Amino acid sequence: MNTEMVVEEEKQTVKMMNGAEMVLQALEEEKVEVLFGYPGGAVLPIYDALYKKNLRHILTRHEQGAIHAAQGYARVTGKVGVVLATSGPGATNLITGIADAMIDSLPLVILTGQVATTVIGTDAFQEADVLGITMPITKHNYQVRSVEELPGIIKEAFHIARSGRPGPVLIDIPKDVSNAIGTFSYDKEVHLPGYQPKMTPNILQVRRLNEAIANAKKPVILAGAGVLFAKGHNELLQMAETLNIPVTNTLLGLGSFPADHPLFLGMAGMHGTYAANMALYECDLLINIGARFDDRLTGNLNHFAKNAVVSHIDIDPAEIGKNVKTHIPIVADAKKALEAILEECQTPAKCEGWIEELGAKKESYPLWYEKDGETLKPQRLLEIIHEVTKGEAIVTTDVGQHQMWAAQYYKFKNPHRWVTSGGLGTMGFGLPSAIGAQIAEPDSTVVAVVGDAGFQMTLQELSMIQELSLPLIVVIVNNLALGMVRQWQEEFYEKRYSESLLPVQPDFVKLAEAYGIKGAVAVSEEEVETHLRTALETKTALLLDVRVTPDEKVYPMIAPGKGLHEMIGVKP
Amino acid sequence: MRRIVTATVYNRSGVLHRLTGLLTKRNFNIESISVGPTDEPNISKITLIVHVSDDTKVEQLVKQMHKQIDILKVSDITNFSVVARELALIKVMSTPETRSEITVLIEPFRASIIDVSLDSITIEVTGDGDKIEALIELLRPYGIKDLSRTGVTAFTRGIQKPVSDIKQYSFV
Repeated sequence: MNTEMVVEEEKQTVKMMNGAEMVLQALEEEKVEVLFGYPGGAVLPIYDALYKKNLRHILTRHEQGAIHAAQGYARVTGKVGVVLATSGPGATNLITGIADAMIDSLPLVILTGQVATTVIGTDAFQEADVLGITMPITKHNYQVRSVEELPGIIKEAFHIARSGRPGPVLIDIPKDVSNAIGTFSYDKEVHLPGYQPKMTPNILQVRRLNEAIANAKKPVILAGAGVLFAKGHNELLQMAETLNIPVTNTLLGLGSFPADHPLFLGMAGMHGTYAANMALYECDLLINIGARFDDRLTGNLNHFAKNAVVSHIDIDPAEIGKNVKTHIPIVADAKKALEAILEECQTPAKCEGWIEELGAKKESYPLWYEKDGETLKPQRLLEIIHEVTKGEAIVTTDVGQHQMWAAQYYKFKNPHRWVTSGGLGTMGFGLPSAIGAQIAEPDSTVVAVVGDAGFQMTLQELSMIQELSLPLIVVIVNNLALGMVRQWQEEFYEKRYSESLLPVQPDFVKLAEAYGIKGAVAVSEEEVETHLRTALETKTALLLDVRVTPDEKVYPMIAPGKGLHEMIGVKP
Repeated sequence: MRRIVTATVYNRSGVLHRLTGLLTKRNFNIESISVGPTDEPNISKITLIVHVSDDTKVEQLVKQMHKQIDILKVSDITNFSVVARELALIKVMSTPETRSEITVLIEPFRASIIDVSLDSITIEVTGDGDKIEALIELLRPYGIKDLSRTGVTAFTRGIQKPVSDIKQYSFV
């Protein structure tokens, strides 16, 4: 053999393989640990390649379950969740999860099969324009046109999903591309001139913020999920303590600051605490770190922080000035911004009076409910879950009353323990996302707090608990209704309970048993506690159907269209 | 307020869909949009005329467009000195009697006749929107059979007069 040819061959880092094998090879390069998916015609080549590969695949019972599980995984690990589904209905079943991940900025890479390039556009079997459908609900999306571009696209997709403001990226892979043979190389650097997230803050703006802190008499920090994505919770704690500034959280920001800290005011917003909302209403300096001033947080914008200098730290420049006029914009990664602030300023704010005032509000107007001596209050249920799990569990929810009670009464000490559908408000999110979280952390306690209605939207995923022997605890906060819908009908529609009551339900205990899981009904505090303790001690799965006060409402509340200072249902 | 926004984009399939989809999603109203290649084969230029209620809205538009991965550069050039042109093709009813009358009429607009048939002529005119509107109004009494406008294409002039009211957006 000619020696020159040997040298040539050794230089090659490329390998020949088909598109399907490339997908799996790329996932290996990205150090993907687990894939959530569901097979079908257009992804048969990828599933065939998977058969020969040592990559963990979780076969959920519906594609929606797969994507919510990937979301739960992404939320607790901070890593990219990976989803695989077939063309047409496989892909459209993912839509809710994609939209959910988009609005809550969760990093996902979604691989969908597509009909062969030769028949795209002919209404072929299981064809849907997934690229067009998902364009407005993805951070970016691709349709792969040739096998040569496949590795580069996957590398770009992971980069886009996890960097900057995270989000879902979809790759639509036609079947003939999966089957085509090409050369695989993963060495090429990602080059995206149109996408350059700005990580480090402008130091001049940081100095302006520090000046504002020095001049403020009523400063408050609003910390959102951006702090968690940046893994900046320690820096947040350091900033709040060093500069002596009280902290409130958005719904999705819970866990970024310890709930038992004296400077913590509780969650703000529609069902936030009185102290937190009044702090946002009365403050003279509002420091928003990684929150997007969502309408459920701000209430009527005319009454929101109207006397405050507003500083907004966000990695996404489009969030700055979107809803609230911002005086000190800082486009940066939350952690890097917090570090810069601390580097420039160590002098505590002069706001002792303000802290005392807020402390008094915290004391006088805490979250509250009244026991009636007969029924189990849902708020008490969440307190018991908190006690039994020592406040350290990963808690997932659907959307609605139980979600708000969990946010209010499960006082998170640690970051990345709170998995909820915030922006989109997706029913059925709790169970599958809990499965994803439990897969990410097999040794952690995971509790899915779900509504009796939401649970029935994705309950088929109980199969996962059975199949994978997950020690997952599912608590159904059962009030025989779409609780939040019913609450709004009671308050704003003169008790016309249009289609919101669910008096007929399956026997949830038998349902659990059908899936090989222990099921139980609980009507009292003692029963709840006993079942939970047993499940935790034996590390076995439990489906607990808890019958709570049927007509309990979530308070306090800011009615739609009202300002932060117009709360109803505050402790008298 | 009417804004002229230009964008430099990758000439990839779907990029126009991304942009118009974004405008729909964010509730913006497009007056006109024109797209064409630049001197670089893989780069296109888009000129967009939109109506927005205030500065905040146009800031949002520019920032949201900027987030698109296939969009390389976005500028709101409304407050700069710009050259903006639009082309219109107008097919007007004309008899041998009115033909010379129309020819005289369009002359100050530096428009030209590019097609003639027995009962109509087709006129090509280039200019800003006002000029084209004026010509259309002038020709309307003769009977307009067909009308096609390209939408505005624009960029900033080589020499800028000093302007004070150009807003800086917080990308940094």
